[in-house]
Amino acid sequence: MQSTRAAPVIEFRDVSYQVAETHVLLNLTLQVQSGEILALLGRSGSGKTTTLKLVNRLVSPTSGEVLVNGVPNLNTDITRLRRSVGYVIQEVGLFPHFTVARNIGLVPNIEGWPEPRIRARVEELLQMVGLAPELASRYPHQLSGGQRQRVGVARALAADPQILLMDEPFGALDPLTRDELQREFLSLQRKLRKTVVFVTHDLREAMRLGSRIALMEAGKLVTILSPDEFLRSSDPWAAAYVKAFGDRLESIATEGKS
Amino acid sequence: MNFFRFILQNRSQVLELTAEHLWLVGLSTLFATLIGIPLGIVIVHWPRLNKPVLAGANIIQTVPSLALFGFLLPVPWLGDRADRLAILALTLYALLPIIRNTYTGIRGVDPAVLEAGRGMGLTESQLLLRVELPLAVSVILSGVRTAVVISVGLATIAAAIGAGGLGEFIFRGLAMVDNRVILAGAVPAALLALLADVGVGWLERRLQPR
Repeated sequence: MQSTRAAPVIEFRDVSYQVAETHVLLNLTLQVQSGEILALLGRSGSGKTTTLKLVNRLVSPTSGEVLVNGVPNLNTDITRLRRSVGYVIQEVGLFPHFTVARNIGLVPNIEGWPEPRIRARVEELLQMVGLAPELASRYPHQLSGGQRQRVGVARALAADPQILLMDEPFGALDPLTRDELQREFLSLQRKLRKTVVFVTHDLREAMRLGSRIALMEAGKLVTILSPDEFLRSSDPWAAAYVKAFGDRLESIATEGKS
Repeated sequence: MNFFRFILQNRSQVLELTAEHLWLVGLSTLFATLIGIPLGIVIVHWPRLNKPVLAGANIIQTVPSLALFGFLLPVPWLGDRADRLAILALTLYALLPIIRNTYTGIRGVDPAVLEAGRGMGLTESQLLLRVELPLAVSVILSGVRTAVVISVGLATIAAAIGAGGLGEFIFRGLAMVDNRVILAGAVPAALLALLADVGVGWLERRLQPR
């Protein structure tokens, strides 16, 4: 576990987000350290996706502030901010009229990289996410769900962002593909050491991928624990999760962590 | 057979009126496209304008064409030349399908694609030009197609105010109670409509995203 003294890459300071009279998020204070995977765990409507979107300003807080690398993200140019933060969503959202190569190379292209550099980067990324180079010229509808999400991850990594935001990226995949992608993502992360915030409602996934698990309920942060601590926690919400997901969680918690 | 002989005998006039017809339809469709697509884009991004704009275009559609031509006749600069006036009226009629299809086409783009695009740091204009419009293009063009086909038919009525076009034959034929003359206007007009339909349809398929 990282030293908590190091400057956090992402920091939420007393952040609330309100729509009309409803508090989607209430007084969230949270730090994400460099190179860790923070799993935001909670059920639908707990505010975990909103938390994620506050980082790249797809949502702006009603009060409080979000700091990215020590700078309030409201002070950063929104386009610069978003291009420096990779974003992966469950629906993937690949551009259906672009080939895989153009999907992955879009941000580098907009950033004005020379064509050969983009091509080399696309090739490198395809290999990184375990896709054959021939797929570069395919269109999204010609890919399987797993391949599409691999492209989604590659696209998010294109401009080599320090931060990666992932909103249930493996949630729509069949169990075998999900398992495969989770495993590959962990080994990729060991190489890349991105700072990752990962939204999931699946405790197994949170245990497997997360360096720490932030449990959210009804717009509030309940607790942040390491996977091991989570298993033994006496917190009633955490215990409820452990109970709901049953046994064999211990083996997941210890598997594949560096 | 009489009809064909009539057309052959008057082929220079048939060609001339067809050319006039194309001029009226072509120019009005061009204007309607240049106005309609931006308006469609505007009402997607400012939903508050959605209702008034679509209602306006709808109301224009409900005005009978002959009446609209008549209403515009006394307008100063416009009334000076009948073709000007006809082009304006046809432009107004063509607006609705183009605005509506632009709106529908852009609204039909998968929200996940837009969210991913925004999250990646595309600006709103990059999103519009690189994602929304290319994905909506076939729906927009099918609106243009509808507009052209309607215009070809409506333009025949422009002859009533002296704007020319194939309607001349139709009105003359009606006055003379001569079917050959009516058909000499109606048949080429129908062919024009078909041709325009096929042409824009072809363009629509060419530009269709995968």
